[in-house]
Amino acid sequence: MDTASTSVAGTTHHKKSVTGNPDGHFDEQHILHELKHFLPSQQALKDFIHHNSLHAFQHMKFYDAIFKASKIFGFQVHLQLPEYREMYKTGRIREDVLQMVITGKKGKDAVAEWKGKLISKEYDSINFPRIGQLRANWKEVYQLDLDNKVHPLLFRILCGFLDQGIAIESFPVVNKSFIDSVKEMEQNSFVSFFKTKTVRQKFLSGDYTITKLLKVIVGKEEYFEQYLFDQQFAHHGWSGFVSAVEDNPQTLLDRKQITLKELLEFELLMELDALNHALGNKWKSLAYHVNVPPVNLFADVAKTELAEVIELWQDAFEWSYYDSVLKGISMSDERRMAVNTRGLINSSLKADSGPSFQAIFCIDEREDSIRRHIEAVDRNAETFGAPGFFGVEFYFQQEGGKFYDKLCPAPVTPKYLIKEHDAKSIRKDELIYTKLTHGILSGFLLSISFGFWAFVKKIQLLFRPKMSPAISNAYGHMDKLSALTIENKNPADTENGLQIGYTLDEMVIRGEGFLRGIGLIKNFAPIVYFVAHGSSSANNPHHGAHDCGACSGRPGATNARVQSFILNHKKVREVLATKGIVIPDTTQFIGSMHDTAADVWGYYDEDILSLENAQKHLINKQNFEMALNLNAKERSRRFASINTRQELEQVRKAIHNRSVSLFEPRPELGHGTNTLAIIGRRQTTKGLFLDRRAFLNSYDYTTDPDGAILTVVMRPIGLVCGGINLEYYFSRVDNIKMGAGTKLPHNVMGLFGVANSSDGDLRPGLPWQMIEVHDPVRLMVIVEHKPGIVLKAIQSSPEVFEWYNNEWVHIVALHPEEKQFYYFRNGVFAKYEPITDASEIKTIHNMEEFIEGAKEMETNHIVHATEENLPVYLLD
Amino acid sequence: MDQLLILFIAIPMLAFFATLLWQNKSERAIGKIVRFAKVSNILVALSFFVWWMVKSTEPVSYKLATLYETDHFVFAIQLYYDEVTAVFSIVGSLLFFLVATFSKYYMHRDEGYKRFFNTILLFATAYNVIILAGNFETLFIGWEIKGICSFILIAFYRSRYLPIKNAFKAVSYYRISDVALMLAMWMMHHLTHQNITFPQLGEAKEIATATGQSGMAVFIVCMLILPAAIKSAQFPFTTWLPRAMEGPTASSAIFYGSLSVHIGVFLLLRTHPFWEDMLGVKITIIVIGALTAIIATLIARVQPTVKTQIAYSSAAQIGLMFIEVALGFHWLVLLHFAGNAFLRTYQLLVSPSVLNYLVHHQYFHYTPPKQQSVSKIKASLYILGIKEWNLDSMMFTYLWNPFKWLGKQLSFLRSNILIGILAVAGIALLIIGYTNQNIIPSSGDALPLVLMSIALAVILFAFSFRQAALKAWIYLLTAHSFIIAAVLFNASHVNLIEIIFYISGVVLAFLLGYYCLHKIKAIDNDISLNRFHGYVYEQETTGFLFLLAAMGMLGFPLTAAFVGIDVLFTYIQSDQVTLIILMALCFIFIELSAFRILLRIFFGPHKKNYHPIAYRSS
Repeated sequence: MDTASTSVAGTTHHKKSVTGNPDGHFDEQHILHELKHFLPSQQALKDFIHHNSLHAFQHMKFYDAIFKASKIFGFQVHLQLPEYREMYKTGRIREDVLQMVITGKKGKDAVAEWKGKLISKEYDSINFPRIGQLRANWKEVYQLDLDNKVHPLLFRILCGFLDQGIAIESFPVVNKSFIDSVKEMEQNSFVSFFKTKTVRQKFLSGDYTITKLLKVIVGKEEYFEQYLFDQQFAHHGWSGFVSAVEDNPQTLLDRKQITLKELLEFELLMELDALNHALGNKWKSLAYHVNVPPVNLFADVAKTELAEVIELWQDAFEWSYYDSVLKGISMSDERRMAVNTRGLINSSLKADSGPSFQAIFCIDEREDSIRRHIEAVDRNAETFGAPGFFGVEFYFQQEGGKFYDKLCPAPVTPKYLIKEHDAKSIRKDELIYTKLTHGILSGFLLSISFGFWAFVKKIQLLFRPKMSPAISNAYGHMDKLSALTIENKNPADTENGLQIGYTLDEMVIRGEGFLRGIGLIKNFAPIVYFVAHGSSSANNPHHGAHDCGACSGRPGATNARVQSFILNHKKVREVLATKGIVIPDTTQFIGSMHDTAADVWGYYDEDILSLENAQKHLINKQNFEMALNLNAKERSRRFASINTRQELEQVRKAIHNRSVSLFEPRPELGHGTNTLAIIGRRQTTKGLFLDRRAFLNSYDYTTDPDGAILTVVMRPIGLVCGGINLEYYFSRVDNIKMGAGTKLPHNVMGLFGVANSSDGDLRPGLPWQMIEVHDPVRLMVIVEHKPGIVLKAIQSSPEVFEWYNNEWVHIVALHPEEKQFYYFRNGVFAKYEPITDASEIKTIHNMEEFIEGAKEMETNHIVHATEENLPVYLLD
Repeated sequence: MDQLLILFIAIPMLAFFATLLWQNKSERAIGKIVRFAKVSNILVALSFFVWWMVKSTEPVSYKLATLYETDHFVFAIQLYYDEVTAVFSIVGSLLFFLVATFSKYYMHRDEGYKRFFNTILLFATAYNVIILAGNFETLFIGWEIKGICSFILIAFYRSRYLPIKNAFKAVSYYRISDVALMLAMWMMHHLTHQNITFPQLGEAKEIATATGQSGMAVFIVCMLILPAAIKSAQFPFTTWLPRAMEGPTASSAIFYGSLSVHIGVFLLLRTHPFWEDMLGVKITIIVIGALTAIIATLIARVQPTVKTQIAYSSAAQIGLMFIEVALGFHWLVLLHFAGNAFLRTYQLLVSPSVLNYLVHHQYFHYTPPKQQSVSKIKASLYILGIKEWNLDSMMFTYLWNPFKWLGKQLSFLRSNILIGILAVAGIALLIIGYTNQNIIPSSGDALPLVLMSIALAVILFAFSFRQAALKAWIYLLTAHSFIIAAVLFNASHVNLIEIIFYISGVVLAFLLGYYCLHKIKAIDNDISLNRFHGYVYEQETTGFLFLLAAMGMLGFPLTAAFVGIDVLFTYIQSDQVTLIILMALCFIFIELSAFRILLRIFFGPHKKNYHPIAYRSS
């Protein structure tokens, strides 16, 4: 009954090299393990969990890894050389930074030489990947397109077996493994999936193993592994999905038993069938025709000069942005210090009143802008950022729901269940999805009647888009007026092995841990808002990728309500007070959720507010509305269909319409442009315009001198933020192989994935429309603490350290006392002095004018697209 | 007022040409032109309808132009408007409006934004030409243009393998339908000795009965049912339809969900007066429709992907429409067409949302399945459904493979000397054939048959040729010279101008194509036809020019060869069965060979992997 994932690929550890068994002995278990490791690990689309697309290479240094992956699988793993050069010409890659990067890696004397190579030397950049070369011999020798013969039917059988409810007639055999199900069908049928009797007999008799089949098809044992890699990577989407279902069967609500081993067996049988059918007995095993053995897939890849050139360009591209960010942070800090000294007397007057309210957001980079606008609208407001599950991990069951949803980061397996009850609204059905339109007679009656209604509906969806059951609604996940079972008074109260709700002690642990993590342990405002986020969108199979990553790709409203309940709890507060966290009686916590696509803000449990707070809440709400208007305006600059200069309300309405428009492939831009993760007090970033590019995690080093809390805070950063960042990186640089390609032709397969056309492979990764604005740069983590403490925190576990040590993510420590940056490379934090001149960091005086004047991309080619991403500015 | 019918065609056509002038990034400008076209299209359709209703509901005929006329042949552009046209034009203009509006946002920043709107405007033109056509010649122009639009939209994502494969599949069926229609026109010409218009179809029927030529009439009807069944994805051609859903969802919606796929029904409605009394024909149509309705429904029931499910259900409904046409329930057909078109367009447009909707539905309504024993019938029907009743592989085995096999047997043609001799001989024969027109005894002679067989052999060889593209292209020209020579030796008198029409078009197309291939050859020495090269990535314009060349090579309404090809047919007598079959096959496979060269050299995954290139299976 568990619907969420329990493992995440990014954590898999795999240091063993994959060069086949040295003794040439073929081992089925070994190859299955290897294949699983390299195949994409994306689960059903409803649970979209971001991860590093090249997780299998994470044990290597970033550049070595990507070039190796590219040589093996033919991926494009960086921008193309002419694109870097073009960006250099347009100034997007800075000359001084390029100089710095070359000096750093090649030495001062080599600058001129390497610069010449970077800017003008001609390189042959055509990549001849190793994958597929062995199996290509079928075509060479027999002019037989084995893929064409096998794939379409194989995919259809797989899709039919795994289908979650598109087909009217689902796979007739249920509750059996894939092979057993197909076998039962074969035994019971007048017709067969196979073309030849002999292979059908072999299948039914069960007298086959992978090894035996390979002996017939491939012949030589030393080629077996390579052949299977070739075969499975000819449809990595399907293979990856089968492997993901095997490991996480709960990713399908209607569970299916299938293993990668079964897929291999079945596919080999189908290949044998196709060979026998097409060539009769006039064929010999593949090895017979292979005179020159192909290069081992995983053989070392020599570093080329081109690779070095690319490495320098990529570093320069990244640092062209990072360097200005670091400069911006120190400038904003200097200015704050100056203001503080000057305004000491004034501020001491204000200090008594405290913040007007506090709002805790998800660290999600999309919330950067709304926080900035709230602080601009109400200067006394205080905002925080924390991973959006707000420190409470549990499964959630919607009233009437038959499954549980996991609401916490994917690698965590919760022991608790929160249930919804007393929901007031009922989900409606939408007639258009009725399967009756696919019958002969019912289809006839419906087309001559309902067909005309469909026309009216179409007019409506084009000109009056509005929320409907057809649309993925962020607020549909939990009823606004429902109640939740949060407190557990009897630990024996369980369901399917999960404890229903938290006991008092468990609540205290979670409340305290959360508050300490973000450094909110005093100066509580009268109302503290938990602001979860979710995203509404229409006609979007990838809607899960827009929801909260810290809640396993779901809207996080429930978590906001649960943590509010805990911190409002009288007894919890009593215990907290004994631990030094005194929450005044007048302070109340309120759960709410921001719809990042529609820019709507919904509140929960407003009725618990005291009279006084209710009034304050009314005022706050007005401020939030204003902030949402501004946020909508800021987002609208990237949407060509919206005129940013219109009245605020009109822009807001246009933004809202996008989220319910079936014709809109970009309801929002998701995590596009994410680049930074800043772990520190809000004051380090408050004076900066970061263009929605920064994950912001509140952390107060003053409350954590020895870094104990920091270790906890840093744990998910690589996995969650780094995972998101790298998925965007790879989907951006190779949207065709590592991304899902453009959304426009996608066909929904079995309710778990998308493919192009009827016979296509599943397409894991992100679609083009989501990554179009993204600059493919690695994540830069900036932590406000002493370098030694930061080092200790990231070294706390090898999984965490790998992200930084292997340079998949950059990290900088901002020494809070020295006001100095330390950049981590080759195991040590070394001082880094930004080279950006102070005059290059401009100040925004009027946000609205600034947004209206921002540049729009001319086309979505990277050179144009990146011009839409704004540099760092100081805020007035 | 009748001349206002021109507007139906002129507006989308003008818009089409206007959009050609803009660049891909000029979305605003293209959007304005499309808005003008989609709105005026509706206004014209509705206002003409109202005027026609008020005036009298008699059919309207209007002769737009006569392109070519001799004593024995008239090529006129003739327009015609009746209740069938009315319904098809109103439904068509409304759907065009909706899909164009939808696409304006949906296609935003797609690399093929301009290409998409160019194509759907051209499609709108072709659709209006078909539904307003007053004679077969006019209808045929629309028919061919529509086929090309379909091809371009299926192959919209041209750098992936599957769209190319499926576009080729669709185009090969389309070509059969085109040639069948040509044969229908040819026989009709022999039956009536004139180029008849649609209002005269009743007279044609009477001629057939009066002269006892029912065999000719049956042949004509068969050649009308065949294209109708192909374009409407009826049994046994249904499998191209789900595979055609390769382009953007919006284009699949308007083409394969609604307008394009119903055009076979239109053809039957339009030609109904000709075959309404032929019982055998009606039974045939009913059987085709019923088989399609049943089999397509059985296949639709097991489809686990949303677009293929819609495609098969739509085909099943069209099967019912075939039955309704045959039974004479025309108003029901029109109602059914409109409803089905609206419904399937909508279902396709919202098809991506099915994931969210049904997963939610499952979340609340799921009941674990219980194992029941699987009956033999159920298991067999499921397997058959998943295998699409073997329809696709059957087509390969029985329709295409024999010709491929034949082509491979002709591998001796590979010799440079032999093909050189053939080319010279072909041209020499062509000249002799013309200069000695009055000396050569015509008809019944074996020579035309031999020449036409040589032409077909050369074409089939080119069709299965796996080496140099340029060579294959030259074979096609050689084949053309043999076709013309065969015609010249077959007829007692041929008009010079007609042959010039034809040759001028073919030669022009050949030279253009030769230039394009030569240009690619200069970049890459290896442009053999055994793989995809994907040169459109580097040489987009050359690719486009070669598309024009390939279309010109087969007498697409682009050059004068179009008129020529129609006239050429009339020189074959109605009793020359073998000759006409050979010639028809020539025209089918010339197009397929030319398109094969186009696809292999310019389309598909780019061979140079210095930028992201799709896996074959994606």
